[in-house]
Amino acid sequence: MTIPLPDLSGSVDMSHGGGGRAMARLIRDIFLRHLANPLLDQGHDAARVDVGSGRIAVTTDAHVISPLFFPGGDIGSLAVHGTLNDLAMAGARPVALTAAFIIEEGFPLADLDRIAASMGRASRDAGVPVATGDTKVVERGKGDGVFITTSGIGVVPEAVDISPRRLRPGQAILLSGPIGDHGIAILSRRQGLEFGTEIRSDSAALHRMVADMVAAVPGIAVLRDPTRGGLSATLNELAGAADVGMLLDERAIPVRPEVAAACELLGLDPLNVANEGKLVCVCEPEDAETLLAVMRDHAEGRDAARIGHVTVGQPGLVRMTTAIGGQRVVDWLSGEQLPRIC
Amino acid sequence: MCLAIPALVTALHDGAMASVSVGGIAKQVSTALLEEVAVGDYVLLHVGYALHRVSEEEARRTLAMMAEAGLLQAEVADMAQMTGIAGVTP
Amino acid sequence: MKYIDEFRDRDLARTLAAAIAAAADPARDYNFMEFCGGHTHAIFRYGVQDLVPANVRFVHGPGCPVCILPARRLDDAIELAERHGVILCSYGDMLRVPGTGRRSLLKAKADGADIRMVYSTLDALDIARANPGREVVFLGIGFETTTPPSAVAIVQAEAEGLGNFSVFCNHVLTPPAIRHILEAPEIDPGQAARLDGFLGPSHVSTVIGSRPYEFLAARYAKPVVIAGFEPLDVMQSVLMLIHQVNQGRVAVENQYTRVVTRDGNAKAQQLMDCVFELRPSFEWRGLGSVPESALAIRADYAAFDAEKRFALSEKQSREIKSCECPAILRGVKKPKDCRLFGKACTPETPMGACMVSSEGACAAYWTYRRLETLAEMAAE
Repeated sequence: MTIPLPDLSGSVDMSHGGGGRAMARLIRDIFLRHLANPLLDQGHDAARVDVGSGRIAVTTDAHVISPLFFPGGDIGSLAVHGTLNDLAMAGARPVALTAAFIIEEGFPLADLDRIAASMGRASRDAGVPVATGDTKVVERGKGDGVFITTSGIGVVPEAVDISPRRLRPGQAILLSGPIGDHGIAILSRRQGLEFGTEIRSDSAALHRMVADMVAAVPGIAVLRDPTRGGLSATLNELAGAADVGMLLDERAIPVRPEVAAACELLGLDPLNVANEGKLVCVCEPEDAETLLAVMRDHAEGRDAARIGHVTVGQPGLVRMTTAIGGQRVVDWLSGEQLPRIC
Repeated sequence: MCLAIPALVTALHDGAMASVSVGGIAKQVSTALLEEVAVGDYVLLHVGYALHRVSEEEARRTLAMMAEAGLLQAEVADMAQMTGIAGVTP
Repeated sequence: MKYIDEFRDRDLARTLAAAIAAAADPARDYNFMEFCGGHTHAIFRYGVQDLVPANVRFVHGPGCPVCILPARRLDDAIELAERHGVILCSYGDMLRVPGTGRRSLLKAKADGADIRMVYSTLDALDIARANPGREVVFLGIGFETTTPPSAVAIVQAEAEGLGNFSVFCNHVLTPPAIRHILEAPEIDPGQAARLDGFLGPSHVSTVIGSRPYEFLAARYAKPVVIAGFEPLDVMQSVLMLIHQVNQGRVAVENQYTRVVTRDGNAKAQQLMDCVFELRPSFEWRGLGSVPESALAIRADYAAFDAEKRFALSEKQSREIKSCECPAILRGVKKPKDCRLFGKACTPETPMGACMVSSEGACAAYWTYRRLETLAEMAAE
């Protein structure tokens, strides 16, 4: 079904959320045009998906990011990647996605089209369809442009049992690549902090890399993606949930020089900066080299590194050997990290 | 206090402004606090203002002194042993 | 990053650590106060304490402009935004600091006040130009490093005739604060005696030079080493202090020669002098009233002085009982000596400034040395 190019010069108004012809036209002209696939084309309130047998993984995420468009992505691609990654972190093979839009009255149609196009591209590149969706419009002032909620379903392979309770002292902690790209890319566009940089968000779908990892080592203990709060939040969460300690090596943690520089400029710690295309993997030490090799075979894992190990002592605490050979605790930030001058 | 970071001056502009690069990050900053500045200088950057030129010679000298710290201590220790100065442990 | 990475080199750190271990006399203690909150942060962030022997101790000083801003000045800033409807521009550091009643700029912003975080006074000037119909007030905080940018902004505003821009000036001075700590003997006779020397601030010294610290050596017989910001700078400075103490010398030495000179930045000093004048006294959170330790905007620039443009209500600072920030800021007590540490007072629920600011002693201890501190408290 080819849908002709619509007139995108206007903006969203309350009639687009009314359930009538205007809304049907919006859905067709923008969402169906970009996201079309056999599941979506079923056109029912719920899509029937074939998942075969096996354990089902399900996840959901609300995306409220600002700015909506940033170097390396936008709220649309971010939403798709984020949900695919959540499924992947459970070791699941993603099967289908859903997407619900809450759009603010006055939001430019051209921007909405851009976001839908980006989602369509991300979805097709990942080989995972958007099976169903929803659209609502709220009054001006009651939304931040657009909010997107995505859900995903996937299937977890038989031998896979990913859980923090499987963490044990001695296991290796691996990181798929350099940290801080996404958070810094966002900050570089924020009002009052503009700085010129080539840094792009690392927003990416990791499910194919994870599929290869899980095939090579079904016994992986934990996979997790360090999004908001950064690596420090993720590792502290895991250490707390599993009541184990961790010891990292600061010099082994990859950070792009520009990201490091931006952090210095703003007084930020890269460990606390968000990522959208990275994962942490905890595995038996003898499996580390295998998994690093698998990751490095993928573009998203080219700079994968072993950054530490799970320790016997001090449960719940993440420690790090610093660049100069001292030691410090890697703490969980209490709130959003703010740039500082002191 | 006072996070300040060395930055490379890449261009000078009217109104006492300059373009600098910090490890590849580009920023527009004020040079109103400097007597003189040239493209290629490193300056110390704090809250959007260049505070001072960074001296390459002094930086090198400082690093060299650090490297020698171990040697210097050995010399001082030798001297202490020979002359019996209290409070200096070999 | 040039001039940064070299000063974080692990091999050089090892060399310096060995030199410090060899130089430190095991028969005595060395207590050095790092005045500057940035140094406190660097010491913890890199674990410098692990690389020096146990008898070399860091005493954390009050050089944290966020920590020492009295609650009622913060309340004033909030009042400017809430009651006078100004656009209040602030550095990020101040946003979460609790004023009276635990209210912060961030909380006021959530309640609708127009409070904006800026990286530089340059951004505040831009906001003033872009909003000619609104009053724009810049919350000026910080020591002598951060003061010249405020001076430039005021001079620039005057040159442009930017009539809607003003500064709420809370800039403070370093040498008077150090003098105040050393003269605290009336409060705590043993205090001054316990300090063997000072690690001088890195970037304040870039502006004011090394000369203003010479009175410390002369009048109080305390060695000073002006220390750079990177961990190797701190370590080399500690070594230099240990040498002075061992040799019975008292001098102002400059380790941070790549940006600090004896005279400092004359142009910046002239600008500060042109725009600001000394306040007879100023209340420092934790230190009480310190004479001639803070700056006010001169009458010539009264049009850009928020305190003159806006009538601010009289306020009384109220601190939380049991909060030991005052003693901790003076270096007399440590976080473990505060009953509230780790219990009522955490980074999520800060009781005082030492915990809110990421370079406050309590925040640093919490983030980097929480377990040890809580264990020590339990043992005592």
